Amino acid sequence: MMRISGTPVAALAAATLSASPAAQAAFGLNLPPPASVGAQQIFDIHMMTLSVATVLMIVVLAAVVYSVVTFRKDRGYQADQHFHTSRLASWSWIAVPILVLGVDFAIAGSAKRVLASLWNVPHGDMLDVKITGHQWWWEFDYLADGVKVESRFTPQDQAGNLYLRDVDNRLVLPTHTPIRFLHTSADVLHAFWVPELGFKKDAIPGYVTETWTTIEKEGVFRGQCAELCGTWHARMPLVVEAVSPERFDAWLAERKAHITALAAQDSADRQWARDELVTRGQPEYNTYCAACHQPGGEGMPPAFPALKGSAIVKGPFEQHLRRVLHGVPGTAMQSFAHLSDAQIAAIVTYERAVFNEMDESIQPAMVRAAR
Amino acid sequence: MSTTAIVLERDYHHDRPRGWQRWLFSTNHKDIGTLYLTFAMTMLFLGGASAMVVRAELFMPGLQLVDPDLYNNLITNHALIMIFGAVMPAAAGMANWMIPLMIGAPDMALPRMNNLSFWLLPAAALLMFLSFVVPFFPGGGSQINTGWTLYPPLSLQVGMSMDFLVFSLHLLGISSVLASINIIVTLLNMRAPGMTLMKMPIFCWAWLVTAFLLILVIPVLAGGITMLLFDRHFGTTFFTAAGGGDPVLFQHLFWFFGHPEVYILLLPAFGILAHVIPTFARKPLFGYKVIVGAMLGIAAIGMLVWAHHQYTIGMSMAAVTYFMVGTILISIPVGLIVFSYIATMWRGAMTFETPMLFAVGILIMFTFGGLSGIMLAVVPADMQYHDSMFVVAHFHYVLLPGALFGLYAGVFYWLPKWTGHMYDERLGKLFFWFNVIGFNVTFFPQHFLGLAGMPRRIADYNAMFAEFNMISSIGAFVFGLSHLLLLYIVVKTVRGGVAATDQVWEGAKGLEWQQPSPPPFHSWTKAPEIA
Amino acid sequence: MSRAQDGYYIPGPSHWPLVATTSVFGILAGIALGINDIPAGFYFVAAGLLMFAVLLFGWFGDVARESLSGYYNPRVDRSFRQGMFWFIASEVFFFLAFFGSLYYLRNISLDWLGGAGYLGTTNQLLYPDYDAQWPTSGPGEVGGKFTPMEAMGIPALNTLILLSSGATITWAHWGLKLERRSQLIWGLVATVALGLTFVVLQAWEYREAYQHLNLTLRSGVYGSTFYMLTGFHGFHVTMGAIMLLSILARSLRGHFTPKNHFAFEAVAWYWHFVDVVWLGLFVFVYWL
Ligand code: HEA
Ligand code: HEA
Ligand code: CUA
Ligand SMILES: [Cu+2]
Repeated sequence: MMRISGTPVAALAAATLSASPAAQAAFGLNLPPPASVGAQQIFDIHMMTLSVATVLMIVVLAAVVYSVVTFRKDRGYQADQHFHTSRLASWSWIAVPILVLGVDFAIAGSAKRVLASLWNVPHGDMLDVKITGHQWWWEFDYLADGVKVESRFTPQDQAGNLYLRDVDNRLVLPTHTPIRFLHTSADVLHAFWVPELGFKKDAIPGYVTETWTTIEKEGVFRGQCAELCGTWHARMPLVVEAVSPERFDAWLAERKAHITALAAQDSADRQWARDELVTRGQPEYNTYCAACHQPGGEGMPPAFPALKGSAIVKGPFEQHLRRVLHGVPGTAMQSFAHLSDAQIAAIVTYERAVFNEMDESIQPAMVRAAR
Repeated sequence: MSTTAIVLERDYHHDRPRGWQRWLFSTNHKDIGTLYLTFAMTMLFLGGASAMVVRAELFMPGLQLVDPDLYNNLITNHALIMIFGAVMPAAAGMANWMIPLMIGAPDMALPRMNNLSFWLLPAAALLMFLSFVVPFFPGGGSQINTGWTLYPPLSLQVGMSMDFLVFSLHLLGISSVLASINIIVTLLNMRAPGMTLMKMPIFCWAWLVTAFLLILVIPVLAGGITMLLFDRHFGTTFFTAAGGGDPVLFQHLFWFFGHPEVYILLLPAFGILAHVIPTFARKPLFGYKVIVGAMLGIAAIGMLVWAHHQYTIGMSMAAVTYFMVGTILISIPVGLIVFSYIATMWRGAMTFETPMLFAVGILIMFTFGGLSGIMLAVVPADMQYHDSMFVVAHFHYVLLPGALFGLYAGVFYWLPKWTGHMYDERLGKLFFWFNVIGFNVTFFPQHFLGLAGMPRRIADYNAMFAEFNMISSIGAFVFGLSHLLLLYIVVKTVRGGVAATDQVWEGAKGLEWQQPSPPPFHSWTKAPEIA
Repeated sequence: MSRAQDGYYIPGPSHWPLVATTSVFGILAGIALGINDIPAGFYFVAAGLLMFAVLLFGWFGDVARESLSGYYNPRVDRSFRQGMFWFIASEVFFFLAFFGSLYYLRNISLDWLGGAGYLGTTNQLLYPDYDAQWPTSGPGEVGGKFTPMEAMGIPALNTLILLSSGATITWAHWGLKLERRSQLIWGLVATVALGLTFVVLQAWEYREAYQHLNLTLRSGVYGSTFYMLTGFHGFHVTMGAIMLLSILARSLRGHFTPKNHFAFEAVAWYWHFVDVVWLGLFVFVYWL
């Protein structure tokens, strides 16, 4: 807010806002305060072009308003029938372009300087984070440490007034460490956008785009998916939690331990009780399936078919497993083969139990067989 | 002279069909122009109505009226209807009405094809309508939730509606290409003796440039959506990485069309201003040659900067720099035009009838939109703006003042010539103020929304975006209602009113004003003499 | 001065444009239904095509009649020529879209998939063991292994055929100008024959590709670009051949005079355009 108050636009903005002072608190009029060097540079060039634009706007406005109040017939003003052949006319075609060109180069020049310093990812060792967009959640993969984090929006009842700006698992990042983001997508286009980090990059299925940053200050920064990616495009918040490198390492270690524990539990070759599967299945279902098929299983036809009483939950479980493992090409139903046997077993058992009162328990062993 | 006689005989006898045949089978540029304008008005209301639903949904956080798919289905249709259904046909309708009158031609060069270019539009509209309703029938597949840019892979997921939409776009494309051919031929071949190209009214020049653009870029869009169709149904992999394709290829094809398209929308409207401003400033247009050159310049540069819509796809620094500099340079020709128009008002004796009010409003509001365009063109800053509501604000500030309002100015400027009646000036002015205030209240706040971090194309948003969205929606409803006034004025004027003189406006100059108001069924059966 | 104005023929009301829209709508709506396997679509397409055939005879019949009754003065003729010219211009850009895509896929995105260029990490992260060489069916080997089409052989032969057909139609044009009727007729016949031979050979080449080379529309980007470009070109050749037939018929009826034969020239231009596109295809699709 400090920076902007310089420009007339800000004044105008403030005027518009003062109607609802309450808003001012909640509410940015301008880009949020940057959290990285790159973001700061971008913020500055944004303010620069904004001020140039404001000045030009005032020039044009002044010229128009002046002529509108001055050169009026009802003031008995006589039109100058030779103005279009005056000296001004014979020089404007070259004078105006030169002036405009000057401004253009001023803008383009400083933009180029900013680009030169932040467009290309510098060489040297960086923390590589692969960010994969999915319909409709994010996957953060800390490549060097083999830690994967799945991040999904938190429903309204839990998120409260952070609804659509809050997630279950945040993207935890260390400050003062050069980070390289590798953006890609599993299905359609998405875009990574956290205003405080200063950039936006598309996630393109089958391709990898790169960006980088060095976060300067700790804190929680919120953004959203910025490329239309289908029904729940609005439900892909991005929440970055920037912490000191020490706390970051601690966090990584804790994640690793957690993962190995889960793996051990799931891989253990044992018979699961049905209730055990169903109780484990419910959260898994709500995480992986409910976005489309809805918690109640009624789906959102025609885009997302209902599961409740559907042929798939009624039919033989092999079919059901195949659908979950391989997905349906060309639709939003992708393959869930990346889940563990136990997870899939739990989900399928849960679906068949809840949406079709079926009394059977699909064991992880069966899933492994079906793979 | 005998052959001449025969031909004119023939014209007069079966060229005066009565009743419905007059409209369905017409080969008369004025009747076809009227058809175009009526169609455009209808589409304006349809596209506007969808925008009203969109704004109503965005009135408050949360999903109240429509589900997200319907929401994006609506914005898709809103955009396509407004661009291909309202603005382009309205401009084409005015071209049909005015070009022969302005250049002293008996009619358009290819009258039968002229009729075809119009009647393709209702067919296209029907296909688009089908694409909208099909999903609501059992087995109709999912809705078109892609936005008007139809980016794959999302557009590969959509159900059969997408195919209807693709074919609708094909028809719209064919229609505009045929219309463009007709306009170019008319302008190059039908000018009255003595009217050299550099004596041609600016509106004709604007349309000449526009028609060239259309002929060059519409086929590229056709190619792109054809590939989309094949990827959807016949197993090609133009846009799928696994097969060696690239989703971004479609974006290049789309924007190679899409960016010139915005100047296709802009130029005819700017052509109209070049007539309105001198008329009401009562002095000749300033810098005729410069404006002609600038329009050619806009077309030329416009063809080379399409990728400024794709800064975030990951282009090399060389590429983004090229597209950035090219895009910013467009401020030169556009700046020249804005300058010339202000210089035309300078030291004039101005009066402010409705068309002139719009002209003045446009100069201010379009410049504002253009300048936010320059901000968007700056690559590093666009890393923040892209796909946010800031972009939505920008393009409505250029699309409405730059295209739609220019056409409104044209309607009020030429309505007396078309109908032979003066419109109600008081109501006209009222409409202008309604319109301008509603417009700014609607779209100015969207700049702040974008900067504060609200993405576009979302039906549901966090409470932090509530206030400005509410302001914007209220503005939109005022703006929407103001169009009911427009409709009323137009109908009233068509039905009757004070008889208009041939010249209509004190300061009006040009051949079109030498014909009676309304002009006879056949304009210029004898070519006028050009001084 | 005002003479030039009069005598510009303005046709009376015509119902053909409306027929045209209806038929095109039928065809497109039909296809849209058909490709989503809704059988009803077929009838729409059939009806549409039927209407379209009627339309062609009707509309161009009118034009021919008017032209024969001498309504068209030189200025009308110029309108037609310029119209045809700009139509072909738009066709050129339609093909440019596909040539452009070929260039982009082959020289830009293929680099990225192969690990070169600005998005090189794509390869390291997603396709570590894919070596990108054109012709390719992509990292996923979509459609399985295939053999690309040889430039020499049928394509070369087809090049000869089209070039000579360009010559024969010019020869026919001279015949028309010098009022050598037989030269006109036989020139056209030869052109049609060559055109049809081209189409047949092309079809045969496709059969080969499908049966022996496993080169299909589904063979990744190579298959996609190959069949799209050659396919749309083949389609235009077929159209051209039909137009040739129609002006052959009109020549037989003696419709054209040395001075007044726009229809003939329009078709000739179109044919040359198709010819040039093929040269582009031969170089960029088959040869390089
Ligand atoms: C009539 C339509 C129209 C017009 C005229 C313009 C004009 C311009 N537009 Fe806009 N634009 C759109 C319609 C239009 N645009 C649409 C529809 C979109 C969104 C599409 C979508 O994504 O859905 C869009 C999006 C868009 C983007 C992509 C944003 C993003 O998605 O990230 C960009 C980026 O460069 C851009 C830039 C420009 C520029 C530089 C101009 C220039 O032509 C403006 C030139 C005018 C001026 C500069 C003002 C007058 C000049 C002077 C007063 C002289 C002095 C000026 C200087 C010295 C700078 N536009
Ligand atoms: C020339 C083109 C044009 C025009 C004229 C308009 C006109 C309007 N547009 Fe625009 N719009 C686009 C082109 C255009 N738009 C494009 C290209 C997009 C991008 C789509 C995409 O992202 O893919 C877009 C997207 C778009 C959005 C963004 C949606 C999103 O990204 O989430 C919004 C939201 O406010 C909006 C609003 C409006 C409004 C309120 C009007 C108003 O001007 C409408 C005027 C109102 C009327 C003409 C109504 C007529 C009167 C009645 C129907 C009577 C009933 C009235 C009441 C009940 C009040 N439009
Ligand atoms: Cu993911 Cu929008
Ligand atoms: Cu653009």
